[in-house]
Amino acid sequence: MKADNGNHVDREADQHLIELREVTKIYGEGQGAMQALGGIDLRIEEGEFVAIMGPSGSGKSTCMNILGCLDMPTSGIYAFKGIDIGKLTRNQRALLRRHYHGFVFQGFNLLNRTSALENVELPLIYRGMSSKERHGHALRALEMVGLKGWESHTPGELSGGQQQRVAIARAIVTEPSVLFADEPTGNLDTARSREIMELLTGLNHDQGITVVMVTHEPDMASYAKRMVHFRDGLVASDKVNGRTQ
Amino acid sequence: MFWNTILLALREIKRNVLRSFLTILGIVIGVGAVIVMVTIGGGATLQVKQQIASMGSNLLMVTPGKRLGPGQSSSNIPFKEADAEAIIREVSSVTAVAPVASKSIKAIFADQNWTTQVTGSNNQYFTVTNRSVKAGRPFSESEQRAGAAVCIIGETAQSKLFGRQTKPLGEKIRLEKLSCEIIGVLKAKGQSTMGTDQDDVVVIPLRTLQRRIAGNQDVGMIQLSVREDASTEKAQRDIARLMRERRHLGPSDDDNFNVMDMKEIATMLTGTTQLLTTLLSAVAAVSLLVGGIGIMNIMLVSVTERTREIGVRLAIGAIEREVLMQFLVEAVVLSSFGGVIGIVLALSASVWIANILRVPFVFNGTIVFVAFLFSAAVGVIFGYFPALKAARLDPIEALRHE
Repeated sequence: MKADNGNHVDREADQHLIELREVTKIYGEGQGAMQALGGIDLRIEEGEFVAIMGPSGSGKSTCMNILGCLDMPTSGIYAFKGIDIGKLTRNQRALLRRHYHGFVFQGFNLLNRTSALENVELPLIYRGMSSKERHGHALRALEMVGLKGWESHTPGELSGGQQQRVAIARAIVTEPSVLFADEPTGNLDTARSREIMELLTGLNHDQGITVVMVTHEPDMASYAKRMVHFRDGLVASDKVNGRTQ
Repeated sequence: MFWNTILLALREIKRNVLRSFLTILGIVIGVGAVIVMVTIGGGATLQVKQQIASMGSNLLMVTPGKRLGPGQSSSNIPFKEADAEAIIREVSSVTAVAPVASKSIKAIFADQNWTTQVTGSNNQYFTVTNRSVKAGRPFSESEQRAGAAVCIIGETAQSKLFGRQTKPLGEKIRLEKLSCEIIGVLKAKGQSTMGTDQDDVVVIPLRTLQRRIAGNQDVGMIQLSVREDASTEKAQRDIARLMRERRHLGPSDDDNFNVMDMKEIATMLTGTTQLLTTLLSAVAAVSLLVGGIGIMNIMLVSVTERTREIGVRLAIGAIEREVLMQFLVEAVVLSSFGGVIGIVLALSASVWIANILRVPFVFNGTIVFVAFLFSAAVGVIFGYFPALKAARLDPIEALRHE
């Protein structure tokens, strides 16, 4: 894969799911400007399980926001499935998220006083699915994360681990191309964290869902097939199963 | 999708029942007040119109005295019965004339007494004032000529003197020195436009009043009716000319009498009622504005409270328009709810108030519809800014919000 003039993105059969080219991100202007990303090159293929690691301030969360189309690079190109994200409007990026992305957050971000089932149905509503269809999909997703029988419970009635499972069910119910998980185990104890990691590994392995996860815990990162280390806004290392790529 | 948005809004409202209720209270009061005002106002206007129709819109009243200015009482030369006779003889469009003299007198029957308006007139009085004798009979020709001791009483006077059980016909009541026999009972007429009880009356022949009670030949007022197809203005002018002649007024003298048209009074009275209704409704409409501000306030609070939720929605792919619609629909559903509650309360209250004020309840479908649309519009107008604020949120910031 070659970059020609930086604007055009290849649409060949061997295109990458995610491709970052010389991506920078600078917050603020002038004197107070702060460089969060200093030129990132990264490619992620379908079916990968990537852990993005690094100390706080290393730019891993900024990179995640850009990958999830929630933020825009200051310069450089981000191509998702060959689509140049920089050329999309805010609403077009929202539609891209709707159809291809799943999100899991550190704080779960479930809707309070809303049942697990309704939480999982939420993304399907925006897809204009009928309520009957939504029901079926949401039930299947909850079953997949091991929460069969908990459909009518609200987040307040669920443990932290269970809440994160609901959040994962909500992220995968749309059968996304990629699942972005931002510190998914950050609020959980070790045992719960392992359960969540096993769930993500299973989804990646059995369902073939691409998983991109940000974490600062090496234990959790070890579940991934590939580990990308960030330091000072740059990729410090990129290893597959412990070997350098 | 739209139906989903409404369900979503309903769920949100259900979640904060008390707050939602307090939010819409302003709209409820605003819509309610406007509808009550318009409904009661409409009833009052209708009542005035009905009363005037029942008096006969072609009724003219001739009273002594100048229309305006001070010193009215000094030049109050009363009419005589001959003036009334002259009017019906000379003015062709006049169909009935009733010379009227009246006095407030304490009527006595057995141990009951009641102060009532004793009116001396003739049988045409019933025609002119649109009354009828429901039991018994009107005066006979000889009774009117001779000034016989007979009377026809109104319902209020009857119930005050006799209660309910006794048949008053043939009984004798005492009016000062005069003891007179009841020969008839008037059909009830209810309140007059001015709020007086038109059934609190005892009618006796004019001559009976003049000779046996007042002791003079005076006629206080002449009431007359004009043919339906004739011009009341022309009749007024003809009567005025005739009266000036009979009262020997020179060309430079002002009228020392008054010819009044009931239509004028009617227009004036309904006009006043309508103006009042409009003013009060306008004041009530202000509370709709206040209600709208209340909705805006709560929607802004709601957007802040649900910032994280909005962040999640944006992150999972909601576009601006969908978030905007969600909050806008919520505001509109809230305010329309307020409108519906206001309408229901207002209609119940109107029935109740109309009953107390004794005005007819007139359902005004237009104002109910307009009030509902207005309440929904308040939701759109005051919900738009908070909804826009929600839709424009930065998803990253929103997700970080504590």
